[in-house]
Amino acid sequence: MNRDRRRAQSRLSGLRLKRKALAYAILVAFSIPFGFPLAWNLSTSLQTIQEVYAGSMIRIPADPQWGNYVKVFEFLPLGRFLANTFCITGLGLLGELMTAPLVAFAFARLRFPFRDTLFVVMLSTLMLPPIVTMIPTYIFYSKLGFVDTWIPLILPGWLGGGAFSIFIFRQFFLSVPVDLEDAARIDGCSHFGVYLRIFLPLAFPALATIGVLSFAGRWNDFESPLIYLQTIEKFPIALGITIFKEAYSVIAPHYLMAASVISLAPLLILFFAIQKVFVEGIILSGIKG
Amino acid sequence: MMRIRGIYNPQEVRSGFLFISPWLISFLFLTLGPLLFSFFLSFCNWDGGPLDRIQWVGVRNYSKLFFEDERIYKSLYNTAYYAFLSVPLGVVLALLLAVALNQEVRGIVLFRAIFYLPKVVGGPATAILWLWLFNPVFGPINTMLDLLGVPGEWHPGWLSSEAWSKPSLILMSLWGVGGSMLIYLAGLQNVPRQLYEAAELDGAGEIRKFFAVTIPMMTPTIFFNLIMSVIGSFQVFSNAYIMTNRTQGMPNETTLFYMLYLFRKAFEEFEMGYACAMAWVLFSIILFFTLLILKSTPFWVYYEGER
Repeated sequence: MNRDRRRAQSRLSGLRLKRKALAYAILVAFSIPFGFPLAWNLSTSLQTIQEVYAGSMIRIPADPQWGNYVKVFEFLPLGRFLANTFCITGLGLLGELMTAPLVAFAFARLRFPFRDTLFVVMLSTLMLPPIVTMIPTYIFYSKLGFVDTWIPLILPGWLGGGAFSIFIFRQFFLSVPVDLEDAARIDGCSHFGVYLRIFLPLAFPALATIGVLSFAGRWNDFESPLIYLQTIEKFPIALGITIFKEAYSVIAPHYLMAASVISLAPLLILFFAIQKVFVEGIILSGIKG
Repeated sequence: MMRIRGIYNPQEVRSGFLFISPWLISFLFLTLGPLLFSFFLSFCNWDGGPLDRIQWVGVRNYSKLFFEDERIYKSLYNTAYYAFLSVPLGVVLALLLAVALNQEVRGIVLFRAIFYLPKVVGGPATAILWLWLFNPVFGPINTMLDLLGVPGEWHPGWLSSEAWSKPSLILMSLWGVGGSMLIYLAGLQNVPRQLYEAAELDGAGEIRKFFAVTIPMMTPTIFFNLIMSVIGSFQVFSNAYIMTNRTQGMPNETTLFYMLYLFRKAFEEFEMGYACAMAWVLFSIILFFTLLILKSTPFWVYYEGER
């Protein structure tokens, strides 16, 4: 009996070992194609043009051309693009983090007529492809004289920042115990006071999650700037880098790759700095896949 | 604090509407208004100039779209090709990586970062990067094929070849499956351990456990991901715009996706009414596939607590 059990167990652990070995094989095999592009990007950005054209495999350059990262600022107005991107991303994100939790708080904890109907309406806008409203929205902004300004890129952030963020904050606020709220209210807090003193501080994990996701989305946004901006001096880096693609991809691919690394760097830094929040946040939120 | 159902506290109502007002304004002016106006415009001709140039033409835009414009069908074909390959491949790859990551392997943080980073950084900068990876002469992909001994005449032309242009973009889309992978990983971690133990007691092997426990328990997550990917893939735009010459869909319009053509109509040829009609057709197509997946759920999605 005992021996049978032991034999069964050793068979089981043998299977587990095999399963783990297979898992490793898959992970290592796929790490190569997944890791290659960014590694190649970094390697190429440190090469001379002769090295790039000699055959573009990954190598640790014998003499890393750190100067590429300086010269690229002479080729492209990268400093300007970066400053623009930080402004557009930062201002939009600020608005979203100020308004989305407030809207979500009302949907989660206040009672008013049509609340649940409005919430369902809000959720259903998630299914709407942005293109359906894009053209009239463009016309709306253009009649107000906002085309070729940052306003169409920033304003939606200040107006709740979209159904997705509001939904996540609402789910979060639903789980806050009622007792806390009641205690504050007995102490004479207004609704806004309850929100500001009780709910907002508790929402820190949700704020971090939405903040990171929204930062990455805004940093990479290409379509809105493409539609609304015309003057190169106002471009964020995501749009700016593409207009120089044609001009420099042949004569200066190494500079272009350096520019690419520079534009990815803030996202990489953010990712590694708060990897835990990022990964758990995306799991928590479930969408954005 | 006592709350009586159905009776609202006026102060609470006032606060409620005040607090949701940012969203309400955006809904009225940036969603509902544009939605109605876009529907109206789809029955009009308009070059985007002064509003008095809007001309009612009835269903003319729709009839032109369905019966006269061959590019519509070409772009729909390209989009369907892209969606029907990139979505299933993406689901399988993301699930495979998630299952492998879920085996309590060492170095999970490192592997997770490798697979998820492309999704984080994915943007125009990576489109430019892939343009170089795909370069048929100097790019590393073909250089690697060379090293593997693949003769030069068999090297794909990638984005410059009519046959390979769409597969190239699909390949690039697979590089970004890290987002779905994380969602599957979360789903896998929620599969109750007892189910596996029960299966083991019944003598189920690893493969049987995978297909009889893991896959059924994962179907709600797969379902959710499937809907999101279908919606997303029908709207494929940015990478194709950057990598295949703006709205031209080079070479020979083989990557002219529906959104690229719509963008061309709206913002290059200024046929706003026609572009709005195109947007509504796309919306209907996406809605159709979403409902189709939704209707198919009783046949393959397992919900716990449902008997």
